[in-house]
Amino acid sequence: MSVFVQIVYFVAAAVFILGLKKMSSPVTARGGIVWAGMAMVAATLVAFLEPGVLDHMSNVVLIVLAIAAGSAVAYVTAKRVAMTDMPQMIAIYNGMGGGAAAAIAAVELVRVTGGHHLSTITLSLAVTGALIGAVSFSGSAIAFAKLQGLIKKTIRLPLHQMLNLVLFGATVVVGVLISMNDQPSAALVLAFFVMALVFGITVTTPIGGADMPVVISLFNAFTGLAVALEGFVLNNAAMIIAGTVVGSSGTLLTQLMAKAMNRPITNVLFSSFGSDGGAAAEESVEGSMKEIEGNDAAVMMAYASKVIIIPGYGMAVAQAQHKVQELTKLLEERGVEVKFAIHPVAGRMPGHMNVLLAEAGVEYDKIVDLEDVNPEFPNTDVALVIGANDVVNPVARSNPDSPIYGMPILDADRARNCIVIKRGKGSGFSGIENHLFYADNTRMLYGDGQKAVAALISGVKALS
Amino acid sequence: MIEGFTALYIFMLSAFTGYEVISRVPVILHTPLMSGSNFVHGIVLVGAMVALGHAETTLEQAIGFFGVALAAGNAMGGYIATVRMLEMFKSSRGPQQGATK
Repeated sequence: MSVFVQIVYFVAAAVFILGLKKMSSPVTARGGIVWAGMAMVAATLVAFLEPGVLDHMSNVVLIVLAIAAGSAVAYVTAKRVAMTDMPQMIAIYNGMGGGAAAAIAAVELVRVTGGHHLSTITLSLAVTGALIGAVSFSGSAIAFAKLQGLIKKTIRLPLHQMLNLVLFGATVVVGVLISMNDQPSAALVLAFFVMALVFGITVTTPIGGADMPVVISLFNAFTGLAVALEGFVLNNAAMIIAGTVVGSSGTLLTQLMAKAMNRPITNVLFSSFGSDGGAAAEESVEGSMKEIEGNDAAVMMAYASKVIIIPGYGMAVAQAQHKVQELTKLLEERGVEVKFAIHPVAGRMPGHMNVLLAEAGVEYDKIVDLEDVNPEFPNTDVALVIGANDVVNPVARSNPDSPIYGMPILDADRARNCIVIKRGKGSGFSGIENHLFYADNTRMLYGDGQKAVAALISGVKALS
Repeated sequence: MIEGFTALYIFMLSAFTGYEVISRVPVILHTPLMSGSNFVHGIVLVGAMVALGHAETTLEQAIGFFGVALAAGNAMGGYIATVRMLEMFKSSRGPQQGATK
């Protein structure tokens, strides 16, 4: 029976890798996740056949109940959540995985306190996995609470980083004590888990909402690593392989995101916007913001030959993406070429904006990445900016003193005309003045995203 | 049984595999992919089941139950979230082979 179990695990591990590979192209992505799903079901079923599991019927009943409870809650929440809120849901599901890895270690450690023997190497792997899993668990919970708006303030104590370092050091020391001890006390194990969980919280609270996607991605990699470590403890190759693959791919994804945001990963973790004196470098902006009416903007776009739409998170918040798609269809009927330019960090995560546009029915081949679209702006008649701000701020190119200097931006200012739909006159997420809004070829269309686009639609319709 | 260095080799090769598999992914798929890899580490469910299956005391059962429930949530939530996102991607050139529903 054990051989059968191993064969299924082996196939499952291979299918997970193939599934992730298939997810690297939009054409095959759906097949990839379905495959991986089937492998997960198969692995879960054969886990019942692992030696010893079927020996205690009461435990089997508990397993079935726990699976039913956990998956029912997750099923309902995942079905209901709005696409705009997807990042924090990913965070919470990821945190659950980290918590599960920590729980596996906890069961092993409880057994060790009761006299069961584990080698020092196994014990130290279990403890390391527990630390990483617990940090991912409590940290993800904080990330969720922040993005969901449950925690509004960014809590930063004096000497916060120092305290974190001390707490981390102390946790590691306790972990080493447990690993070196043949029969560690229950109090020591309990202290270890409490400290690890608290560290997860204190390391996440000072991080601002804008950096949260990078942190979620990092915790995703953490959970993968924790799962792999517990896989070593349980001698389970499927867990080792799947966990490690996620750990390394998650690390790469985190780097890609941090790079796209021009925020080195160490900066994300150990500082935050505004604290490095960025806001103090306030300088005057030449020119003034020029307003435009919906109808005039519609005429400009209707008679253009090429329009590039730059959506930001503001568009998603206003739920304007469906209206934007309607406008796109109208313009295309008039023979206007319409493209969507997406900044790597538009939305809350890289690729989040693509999901939101896809939800509204925008075809993915109309959506262009930053490197491909920037050379096209000089030949573009109208760049329409909806709810985006910092990602089109030319200051990132021109002013070395600006906190966003060096961040790759979409060159909307190089289009012949630029129309910016904006709720009010305030500055963006980072609080930095946007010079694009003051440029000669920029016109501001004030109003709620949805209403402003509706005005454009009726304007275009009135022409035909 | 996975012994010492064999485990280390598995770890190293898996790490490179994960890196390679992801390195050619277009930005538009980053969020679904993060969600997909989030689902893949739901395999922790298997380990949690074994831990709970071997539980002997009430405390072990309680922690094990907690672990299995969390792991099941990770797997189920990760799956549904990923499928929901990927369902939305379609091409203007019409349905293509491979993008099976």
